[in-house]
Amino acid sequence: MTTLILGDNYNAKMVSPGFSFSLCLNMHSFGYRANALLTFAVTILALMCAMASLTDNFNAPTPTAHVQVFNINWFQKQPNGNDEVSMTLNISADLQSLFTWNTKQVFVFLAAEYETYKNSLNQISLWDGIIPSKEHAKFWIHTSNKYRFIDQGSNLRGKEYNLTMHWHVMPKTGKMFADKIVMPGYRLPEEYR
Amino acid sequence: MGWVKDTVKSIQLRHTLTQIIQLGLIVTSALVIWKGLICITGSESPIVVVISGSMEPGFRRGDILFLHMSKDPIRAGDIVVYNLDGRDIPIVHRVIQVHERQDIDETYILTKGDNNPMDDRVMYNHGQKWLQQHHIMGRAVGFLPYVGYATIIMTDNPVLKYIIIGALGLLVLTMND
Repeated sequence: MTTLILGDNYNAKMVSPGFSFSLCLNMHSFGYRANALLTFAVTILALMCAMASLTDNFNAPTPTAHVQVFNINWFQKQPNGNDEVSMTLNISADLQSLFTWNTKQVFVFLAAEYETYKNSLNQISLWDGIIPSKEHAKFWIHTSNKYRFIDQGSNLRGKEYNLTMHWHVMPKTGKMFADKIVMPGYRLPEEYR
Repeated sequence: MGWVKDTVKSIQLRHTLTQIIQLGLIVTSALVIWKGLICITGSESPIVVVISGSMEPGFRRGDILFLHMSKDPIRAGDIVVYNLDGRDIPIVHRVIQVHERQDIDETYILTKGDNNPMDDRVMYNHGQKWLQQHHIMGRAVGFLPYVGYATIIMTDNPVLKYIIIGALGLLVLTMND
């Protein structure tokens, strides 16, 4: 701080034009001190944001998830030729360990993932939710799929697929994190119903 | 006494030139940083300001997003910035469906705003069912709250923008050191 005020005004400006808010007037004028204070405040704030984001790296989360396909409600071919399935899911998860002091919210979603002869990867989000706080991060939900499960084509009969629980951690500031738990070994019925 | 006059004149001239060069330095260094960020992140607009509430409560109006355009394929859950053909304003939404083709290098993507009840098909151009790779401008990797609010205020009040730019320019040119 002292060096900021007493430092050579002219030199400081040549070194970092535009960054020191170098619109100051005389060396000890109000304008110059206000400028130094503002520069200092912005620097400290930026540093604190960066450090808050860095502390997220020390958190080693151990989330768990379990999903059961409770029922296939219906399963049919649309007039345009795409398969569509409606299912009821039991989802339980414990994502409490994802929360740190820099966590604003956790976005969690369940996706069906499978491969077809045409597509090397199909990812279809079936359900999602926003968890605002740690208290809500351990949950159990019984729901039918929130988004339609429609294939690009007619490949779903007897199709084996993974259900993957993804989460995206939105920080109060800084870097966003994402990870997932893959649950393999689900299979759709052989016949439309 | 003529040489004194000449000296004073040349000092004044040098002073004015210095100030013009300093103004130029400020403008060019800002430009260098912006272009440098474009090179590093690979995205044509590496920093964007959120202007709608469609991703609330994650992103609010005035928050700043840092974009990155990596070689990694787009996956469900990613927050992407996309630009529809013939539209000016890019949109920041989350990917909820991905279909990646085997035979050709193409990916079909469906997006949705966290705060919207429906997926984005209603917003896409007429007859468009999917986003493709060329619509994607970048992927959000980092986040700073509130910082972009000044931009929103200035976009809403263009007069204010010219007043501020004018005042700053005047300050730079008239500062005496």
